[in-house]
Amino acid sequence: MANEIIFKEELAPEVKLIKVRAPLIARKAKSGQFIILRVDEDGERIPLTLIDWNPKDGTITLVFKEVGASTKDLGKLGVGDAIHDLVGPLGKPSEIPLHSKVCVIGRGVAIAAAYERAKKMKEAGNNVTAIISARTAKQLIFKEQLKGVCDKLYMVTDDGSEGAKGYANDFLISLLESGEKFDLVYAVGAATLMRSISETTKPYKIKTIVSLNSLMVDGTGMCGCCRVTVGGKPMFACVDGPDFDAHLVDFEEFRARIHMYDEEERIALKIAGECGCRC
Amino acid sequence: MLEFRLKQVRMPELPVEERLKTFNEVALGYSEEQALAEASRCLQCTRPLCVEMCPLHVDIPEFIKLVRLGNYGEAAEKIRQKNCMPSVCGRVCPQEVLCAMGCKNTIGDPINIGALERFVADWELETGAAVPEIRPSTGKSVAVVGSGPAGLSVATELAKRGHHVVVFEALHEPGGVLIYGIPEFRLPKKVVKKEIDYVKKLGVEIKTNVIVGKTLTVDDLFDEGFNAVFLGTGAGLPKLLGIPGENLCGVYSLNEFLLRINLMKAGLFPHKSKTPIKVRGRVAILGARGMDAARSALRLGAEEACIFYQRKVVGRTDDIRRGLEEGVKLHSSTKPVRLIGDEKRWVKLVELVKLKPGQPDRTGKPKLIPEPGSEFLYSAETVIIATEHVPNTIAATNTTRNIKIAEKNKTIIVNQETLEAAIGIFAGGDVVSGAASVIKAIEAGKRAAQSINAHISKH
Repeated sequence: MANEIIFKEELAPEVKLIKVRAPLIARKAKSGQFIILRVDEDGERIPLTLIDWNPKDGTITLVFKEVGASTKDLGKLGVGDAIHDLVGPLGKPSEIPLHSKVCVIGRGVAIAAAYERAKKMKEAGNNVTAIISARTAKQLIFKEQLKGVCDKLYMVTDDGSEGAKGYANDFLISLLESGEKFDLVYAVGAATLMRSISETTKPYKIKTIVSLNSLMVDGTGMCGCCRVTVGGKPMFACVDGPDFDAHLVDFEEFRARIHMYDEEERIALKIAGECGCRC
Repeated sequence: MLEFRLKQVRMPELPVEERLKTFNEVALGYSEEQALAEASRCLQCTRPLCVEMCPLHVDIPEFIKLVRLGNYGEAAEKIRQKNCMPSVCGRVCPQEVLCAMGCKNTIGDPINIGALERFVADWELETGAAVPEIRPSTGKSVAVVGSGPAGLSVATELAKRGHHVVVFEALHEPGGVLIYGIPEFRLPKKVVKKEIDYVKKLGVEIKTNVIVGKTLTVDDLFDEGFNAVFLGTGAGLPKLLGIPGENLCGVYSLNEFLLRINLMKAGLFPHKSKTPIKVRGRVAILGARGMDAARSALRLGAEEACIFYQRKVVGRTDDIRRGLEEGVKLHSSTKPVRLIGDEKRWVKLVELVKLKPGQPDRTGKPKLIPEPGSEFLYSAETVIIATEHVPNTIAATNTTRNIKIAEKNKTIIVNQETLEAAIGIFAGGDVVSGAASVIKAIEAGKRAAQSINAHISKH
């Protein structure tokens, strides 16, 4: 069955991994690309990064956090269920450097995407350092897999329950201040994380790439919902990205635009009876 | 009696106050009695100009004659011989500049050909369209990229000739611009679905969620054994204005606004759709293509919807009239200068400048130039940019086949006669012409089908 979920695992509270049968996408996928799916007939089109793909068995792996009504709906599907619509691969593939010293940074659910990039960069023969961060130890996903693909792996938690206490950006600052050198920093996560990393690396003139999780509708360049100013020019994250030179991204604008529908998101959650409050 | 024959039978419409409460179709279509009355006005010219003016050369007097005889099924078949989507064209064709412009009923109103076409097509779809005879399988197969009017037209013609056709659609629903672009109140989606069901009955396979150029390439299609490929990918990419403030929150491209409403049914948020849309306060629509967006915005509760444009609003005469009845405001000879936002980066003001006639351009028409000091502000919480659309060439560019794209307007360059873009690859519709009309795309599809048929019969 097309789009069938053949494996499901809870990686952390509200963070789920699914393996889906999607042979055409598995055959074409490249590092950094994403898919768009709809859970049901009335569903929103939601973009998710491709975490893994296997052209041989025709499967793709996705990781998502149940934050909104649509991702909660997705989380309700189990093994044997089919995703209503699935399309991809979308976006430009990441540029994988050669013979470089790379630092990959991810936070929370985006550690999954960071792992995907780290793996591909290691396979290409780069020296890979990863800094993964989360609020607390339970949310540090893909730890074991990352150990297998990184020359160095640092873990940072807000509460200090695992690894260093504090934030990924502060950790990067201390690494750079202690003389550590990188040819490339790759950051994926919330807008604030990506912006702070970008500000850190700028004075060091380290090439820094961020993967922007803009809001999207079609994901093929038709609507421009995902537009973001990069180097003073309007870019579409869906077809010109999602990877962009962090030092050129207008993060203020990016952050404002991804929060455009926060109010509606709360309404949708309330209707689904999952707003978290006791209303 | 004479007055009756001079005047067109008016098509019933939803009362204005009811229109704004829903997205239901505004034009309700002729009753049988009305259709017979209108059909009786046709002069049955021996050299009908209406047929000449129709891009598909539908035999209009003949189908009207069949209507008069009460033979609606045969009338529909007569149209279908030339036009694969009569219920769509009856609704969205700008008849006033096509067939009806050629109507020789010069002493009275032209015949409302579109309304009659719609009447017989709806009658046919309601009673179940007869599927035409399909020739025995030729064993040849054709891949059609895009399920809009051009793609559906080429698919219909090739399937009738016995070729196996697979249509690939990038979105989750087939129909292209008929689904994502044209609002429900002008073209109900159930009408489009019925026309697509008809195409499927001819044996055409439609695969949604496949982006040719991404999921599969044109090369893959040939590798899979298709004998020819047709690119009908349309002109669905937005072109922004390039003015400051365009990325503020609350600013939509026309495509995003209509995609959310038409394809994703954002008007039904939050109960029957999970896709939201923001329409608040006053809505400024910047550009001549904004009538559908303005009418949609009013239905979503906009306090005011004002279209700012230069010379002429794009649309059918009837639809522009209906928009004005619904309260859409027009502001001609203006040009947006910049968008101004609040501290949270939400748009709040549009700065515009008035235009005045300047020196004549090459066509002899005076060029509109900004009038110094005429800048003014319009306060708006939602802004829609409704200017041009650019062809979608993902399929044409992500291939090793040598498909040429015009640098200036990004259209696919084809042999004008055969519509061949490269060996075995044909293209037609908006991706070749730039944004045009549904009926012209259907015409291109028909022409391409002839060339494809000739091409695959040889190879």
